[in-house]
Amino acid sequence: MATTDIHIHSDVHHHGDHDHEHEHHEGNFWTTYIFSQDHKVIAKQFLITGIFWALIGGVLSVIFRLQLGFPESNISWLKPLLGGWITADGKLDPQFYLALVTMHGTIMVFFVLTAGLSGTFSNFLIPLQIGARDMASGFLNMLSYWFFFISSVLMFISLFISTGPASGGWTVYPPLSALEQAISGSGLGMTLWLVAMAFFIASSLLGSINYISTVINMRTRGMSFTKLPLTIWAFFFTAIIGVLSFPVLFAAALLLIFDRSFGTSFFLSDIYINGEPLAHEGGSPILFQHLFWFLGHPEVYIVLLPALGISSEIIATNSRKPIFGYKAMIGSMLFIAILSFIVWAHHMFVTGMNPFLGSIFMLLTLIIAVPSAVKIFNYVTTLWKGNIRFTPAMLFSIGLVSFFLTGGITGIFLGNSAIDIQLHDTYFVVAHFHLVMGSASFFGMLAGIYHWFPKMFGRMMNEGLGQLHFWLTFIGVYLVFFPMHYIGIAGFPRRYYSWTNFDTFSGFTDLNMLVSSAAIATLAAQFIFLFNFFYSMFRGRLAPINPWNATTLEWTTPRNPGHGNWPGEIPAVYRWPYDYSKPGAKEDFIPQTVPYSETPESNLPHETKLIKLESSNGDNAIIVEGSH
Amino acid sequence: MSLIIGLGAILVLGVLYMIFRVTNLVAIAKGVKDDKVGPNNSLHGVLFIIFMVVSLVAFFWYSFAHFDGYTLPIASVHGKETDHLFWVTMAITVAAFVIISIIMFVFIYQYRYKEGRRAKFYPDNHYLELTWTVVPAIVLTVLIFTGLSTWNDITSPAKKNAEVIEIVGQQFAWTARYPGVKDNQLGKVNFKLIDNFGNEFGLDLADKNSYDDFKSLELHIPKGKEVLLKIRAKDVLHSVFLPHFRVKMDAVPGMQTQFKFVATKTTKEMRLETSNPDFNYELACTEICGQGHFSMKMPVVVDEWDDYVKWKQAQETWLKQNPKYLDKVPADLREAAMIKAGLEKDPGATVASVNE
Repeated sequence: MATTDIHIHSDVHHHGDHDHEHEHHEGNFWTTYIFSQDHKVIAKQFLITGIFWALIGGVLSVIFRLQLGFPESNISWLKPLLGGWITADGKLDPQFYLALVTMHGTIMVFFVLTAGLSGTFSNFLIPLQIGARDMASGFLNMLSYWFFFISSVLMFISLFISTGPASGGWTVYPPLSALEQAISGSGLGMTLWLVAMAFFIASSLLGSINYISTVINMRTRGMSFTKLPLTIWAFFFTAIIGVLSFPVLFAAALLLIFDRSFGTSFFLSDIYINGEPLAHEGGSPILFQHLFWFLGHPEVYIVLLPALGISSEIIATNSRKPIFGYKAMIGSMLFIAILSFIVWAHHMFVTGMNPFLGSIFMLLTLIIAVPSAVKIFNYVTTLWKGNIRFTPAMLFSIGLVSFFLTGGITGIFLGNSAIDIQLHDTYFVVAHFHLVMGSASFFGMLAGIYHWFPKMFGRMMNEGLGQLHFWLTFIGVYLVFFPMHYIGIAGFPRRYYSWTNFDTFSGFTDLNMLVSSAAIATLAAQFIFLFNFFYSMFRGRLAPINPWNATTLEWTTPRNPGHGNWPGEIPAVYRWPYDYSKPGAKEDFIPQTVPYSETPESNLPHETKLIKLESSNGDNAIIVEGSH
Repeated sequence: MSLIIGLGAILVLGVLYMIFRVTNLVAIAKGVKDDKVGPNNSLHGVLFIIFMVVSLVAFFWYSFAHFDGYTLPIASVHGKETDHLFWVTMAITVAAFVIISIIMFVFIYQYRYKEGRRAKFYPDNHYLELTWTVVPAIVLTVLIFTGLSTWNDITSPAKKNAEVIEIVGQQFAWTARYPGVKDNQLGKVNFKLIDNFGNEFGLDLADKNSYDDFKSLELHIPKGKEVLLKIRAKDVLHSVFLPHFRVKMDAVPGMQTQFKFVATKTTKEMRLETSNPDFNYELACTEICGQGHFSMKMPVVVDEWDDYVKWKQAQETWLKQNPKYLDKVPADLREAAMIKAGLEKDPGATVASVNE
């Protein structure tokens, strides 16, 4: 074990030195910025692409919110953008409405909150926080981004084709998604969707495998698993979930491609459409739903866990306290990760699945509330008796906890199959997942950007603008999604272009108008962020080495870490990442790189015993990766 | 006009940018920032408290003041139980939500940064963690078991004498098929027999049970008797949603699904209860099915049992409405089919009337 690690590390070290020389030669533009194998550049590529997609996803949602909130208004002014999808009397085409809903979901879940969040922060933080020169395989890492890029290009093209992009909902349930006769978006648009997702899955797998091997193999001297920051734990679990679940979506997509193009009947049976019966027999649409949600539910945690990891780190740093219950936090994440694989069918209580299966999945689903509750309580206790600094990152992390709470408890309703009968596919579900998964993860992503921007670009973002951005977005998000609970309890179904056909759903024009107005305002507030982000990248205040007085390794790198991250040797790690406000210590934080032998005034009894081990580091084989 | 708006917008953005630059420069001129926190740190603590108070007040005010606006009257037996579960869960979760929110925002305010104070080093406490693992677990166990028993009741097999009604979804309409008053059995169907000329169900005319089946574009159900909906779809997924009856079940091509329930209020009674003379029950589609998804509606009528039976007897059978399909009936069954479908008087009945 020890010898292999030494081997790998000396290799990487060598590689790092080599690239350093390249940088001195001012490298080739293409290898430095485009086809870079540096994890930091790849992280930024994911980030910029993610921001681009977030903007598109947000604009799409505002367009369909215009229809829902102001159904009478004439939106022919959108004609330059939407062309034929605006009808002659200035209304949104009902089919394009479904396309908007579908693409909004696909873009936000996969392109923004999976690639944009994990892609950015796993790439950026894993090597920096575990003390590695780069990812285990820089090449696979680069490939991961470029597969994502190809996927993005295909998905983007699909927005502009004449038959429209995929329109069967982001869950692409067949037969609707399989039959062009059923909806025109299931033609070329759906083909592009499936191919784009195939590339996306490949990208995600390449990334995840890299994250896992990097975390396992490339931790610096002294960085045992129990000294990893919670961010790394979160990314690690996320990557494992991704590796185990994404291939199942790939299988589902592949079988759907077969059904669509090669006449197989995996998901299709007994269909009479457009005046003729189809030849398909023996398939089951329910099978697709099982396969889809076998990824789909873990996907929720692929999106959420990194955000929770990021917020754990930020809340501890800005409360100037150790995260409460470090091990409980890891345990609850592990438990959530395991449970996430055995709850998928709670999305299918009323699809005709055997009701007994419903009972089992209800049981397993509600268990997930326990580790989630533990996480919330631990966050709250971390705030208790802290010394809280409201940096924009901290504000967004607090927002995340608030959304996680508000959106999480409605999961207790939906996980209960008896209650879900009425709430399934209503706006209650929309409110639930937008808060607990969408907004919470989105806030995690924003918190991460504000917190690590100084390390990414060597400059500070404007704090005042960040705080303004937070308040507008925080209040905006609540105004958008909280009223949806009422609309959902009243039974309003999702994915309706308009409700006026039903007497039962004729009310709530006022709330829908409020929701739409708030959505527009919230989107507008994001431009404050965009301005702050790009302005600060070039003209922001120069960042100090450790602007937040944090303990983790990334803050020991130079202001603009070059290829290889640390100019000299990689620092060794001696303590856990949460030594904030330790009694007796001079400062209110002790970086992970400070040995216990240097802090006799603040050491706890069991830590004093560890000093002995530290001093014998040089020639002791207990510590992996001997010093050079 | 739009030019003026555009110019105005650019002007406003320009002004905002100038303000931003000036404040930035002022901040730099004031000196290097070496404070641990920004100048407005405490403000955010206060804002969180204001946010909490305002939003909790708004939440409770709206929830009580508009209660009738967002709750639908219940018109089924199991609906009472699921709604009860819903409100029990609501009470528990709202209590937890309010308590945790208040504690969190108060901590945020109370422990905002103060010069010279040091945070408490408090990495863990096993008793606390055990408490908030076990307490939610117990509460959830209670919810799970009440939920399970309700769910098992709802999904248990229907009674033998339940009224069976078939509902068929297609883009973008619902059709009901009743088993007919003579045999009370739904005839067999096969999707390959569906055509554009009248056999929209794909009725198999070799099956005797199909002759007295009748079609309806309105769903009529009796009050006080168990109804078993047999649900299927012809083209893509649909979902039967009867909001007042708390009924929802997908319609799946190639697989029959079902849902049983007992209606408790007739349409007339509901009109009185809601004091809305135009009230009608409705069936909506809740599974995305294409561009007409939002308009896929079926009117629903709940009658007293006697009225329901009368209505059923007054309906023409499908075969009577589509007599050309008699050709498809096997020759030996044609006579029986004509009698069962009401195309020809029952000879027995004729004899009886002659005898009178």
